[in-house]
This record gives sequence, C-alpha cells and structure tokens, in this order.
Amino acid sequence: MDCASHESRWTMLMEQSLAGDSNAYRELLELLTPALRRSVGSRARSAGLEPEDIVQEVLLALHLKRGTWIVGTPVAAWVTAIARNKLVDAFRRVGRRQEVSIDGVLESLWSDSSVDESSAYDVERLLGTLGERQREVLQAVSLQGYSAQEAAARLQMTEVSVRVTLHRTLKKLAATIGRSRNAD
Amino acid sequence: MRTDDLIRALAADANRPVRPIRRWLVGALLAGTALSIALFCLVLRPRPDIGDALHSSAFLLKALVVLCLAATAATAVIEAALPTAPRRGRKVLWVAPAVLVVMLIAELISVPASAWPARWIGHNAVHCLTLIPILSAAPAIGLLIAMKHGAPSSPTRAGAIAGLMAGAIGACLYAITCPDDSPLFIASWYTLAIVATTAACAAAGHRILRW
Repeated sequence: MDCASHESRWTMLMEQSLAGDSNAYRELLELLTPALRRSVGSRARSAGLEPEDIVQEVLLALHLKRGTWIVGTPVAAWVTAIARNKLVDAFRRVGRRQEVSIDGVLESLWSDSSVDESSAYDVERLLGTLGERQREVLQAVSLQGYSAQEAAARLQMTEVSVRVTLHRTLKKLAATIGRSRNAD
Repeated sequence: MRTDDLIRALAADANRPVRPIRRWLVGALLAGTALSIALFCLVLRPRPDIGDALHSSAFLLKALVVLCLAATAATAVIEAALPTAPRRGRKVLWVAPAVLVVMLIAELISVPASAWPARWIGHNAVHCLTLIPILSAAPAIGLLIAMKHGAPSSPTRAGAIAGLMAGAIGACLYAITCPDDSPLFIASWYTLAIVATTAACAAAGHRILRW
C-alpha cells in the first residue's frame, strides 16, 4: 500500500477511535504495531534494547496521549513523533545519547518488509508493580479478552470501577516505564 | 504481556472521552487569567491617570509590546505541548522583543542622556519585579497542569514557553497599574520579571512534564 492510502485509512480510524469506537481503535493499533516494529526494531536492537518493549511503550504512549493528535493533521507524522520521543527516552535509559532522525523513522513506518514479533516482554516485570485489583482487571480485559462489562461481572466490580481501574493501571504502567529511566 | 494483549487492554480503555490538548490549554489559560484578574482587583488598582494614559502613545506602545508577547506566546504554547516538531510558533516569539528594541532605540535617540537614569529606574522597579511573577502564578500553574496532558518533545522547553505565556499575562495586568512607560524601564524590569517566570517554569517543566 502506498503512503497516501495508509494515511487516509489511519486518519479515518483515528477519527472513529476518538469518537469512542473501540473496534476502529483496535484495528488502528493492530495496523500500527507492525509499522512500529519496522521503524523501531533495528534501532532498538543496535542499542541492545528489546524492540518489542519499545513497541509496547510507544503503544501505551499513543493511547494515553491521543489527545495531542490534532484533527486534520497527518496521523503518521504524529505516530512517528511519539515513537521517536520514546526511542530517544529508551536510548537515554541505557545511557546512550543518540540523535534519532525523524525522516528515517517515518520512512520505515511505510516500508513493506515484515518483522517478527519477538518474545521477551519487559512489561511482564512491570506487572509486578501493580496492585492486585489492577492486575486482575488488566488480565481480564487483555489475556482473557473480556469486555469491561464482562470483567465487572467476573470480578464483582461495577463497570465504571473496572474502567477507572483499567485507565489508572495503563497510566501507571506508562509511568513506571518512565521512572525506570529516571532511576538511571 | 504480549503486544496483542496490550492492544486489547488499550481498546477496552478507549470509550472514555478524550479531551484534546488544545482545550486543556485554553481552559487553563482562561481560568488562570481570570484568577489573576481577580487578584488584581482585590489588591491593586489602575494607575490614577489611566484615563490620560489611554490617550498617550507611550502607554499604548507599552500595551502593544506586552499584548504582542502574550499573543505570540499563545501560538507557541500549543505547539510546545505536541510531540511533533514546532513549526512557526517559536519564530513569532521574536516579534515582541523586536518591537521593544525598536522602541528602545527611538527612546535613546529622542530623550537626552541625562534623563536616561531616571526613566530607567522609574518609580518602583521592585514592584514590577515582584508583582509580575505574582500575577503570573495562576496562569503558570494552570498551563503546567494542562501541559501534563500533552506530549511535549522537550519538557524543559514546554515549561519555559508556559512560563513565558504566564509572564506575558502578568505583565499585561501589571501594565495597567504601572506608572512607568519608558522602553528603558520595560526592557529592564519587565523583561527581568518575565525571564525569571520563564526560568522557574522551565525548571518545573523539566521535573514534571516528562511522559
């Protein structure tokens, strides 16, 4: 697919997502993930980082900061900017100051080569920092794939508190990744 | 956690409404400015000759500089909260200082050197240095909170620009009570007060605006 059709598809999905369509949102994230693997992969590996960790970090940041996408501007440029910021952060965490060129990241976002999903997940370690309720809610909607409503019934919580807990958990995950950077 | 699982969790969290960053910043700006205006009304009053001042070119030029700084900082503030590279927002920040430099040169040419010190020191520089930061505090805090919802590519720069914006608002309000209109006074004391506010917010941004 060429850039223009990628872009218009991503933009449409982004607009639907912000309107609250979680299916469109999921589709968008699933389309972005391989693109992120391509653009982040080789750069992360060359710095001795686990690419999939960075991909997950970028996905979390995209999610929590999606209010910074300005309607009418290119989605790809915004995704690239977030990915680049997170790459620079990750490099700094391992003590490398490295210029990450924005053009290179954007280019590899579009390329058609595929990159395998690797299997090490640093986020696993971060799950240990969550409270029990937070972990239960997160696992219910992710691993077990329940909707917020179903998770609420299973965990004997209200749907609202499942949603609130989930949101706080995701924020905490993102913040914990950031803190491990500051500790260095 | 597998990436697919993470995506499922993110999608499950997607129903909540997302407040665009622009709305956070505009809301913070309005609320902060309203608080500072309230503070002004409580403890300060317009200079006694405000009616005449509104017809004097010196006062109007002073108002032009501070309003110009506030307006240009507003465009820079929004760009600073975004992860994407800034476009024209930061360049327009030079407009207000450039206007001030022109005014300063005109003042130095038109006023004899013997009158410079009195105009430079003015009536109350200490007031200027303390009141501008105080009148900037509410917008500064509001903007920094709003910036937390942004994704600034440089936290320090984002904090600085928030501080500049807040300093400009403080200066606009202080200008109403300040009896000194000389560009010599503005270029020294107003500038120093705004720079101090900017530096304080840059330091705060460095600490709190990482994401």
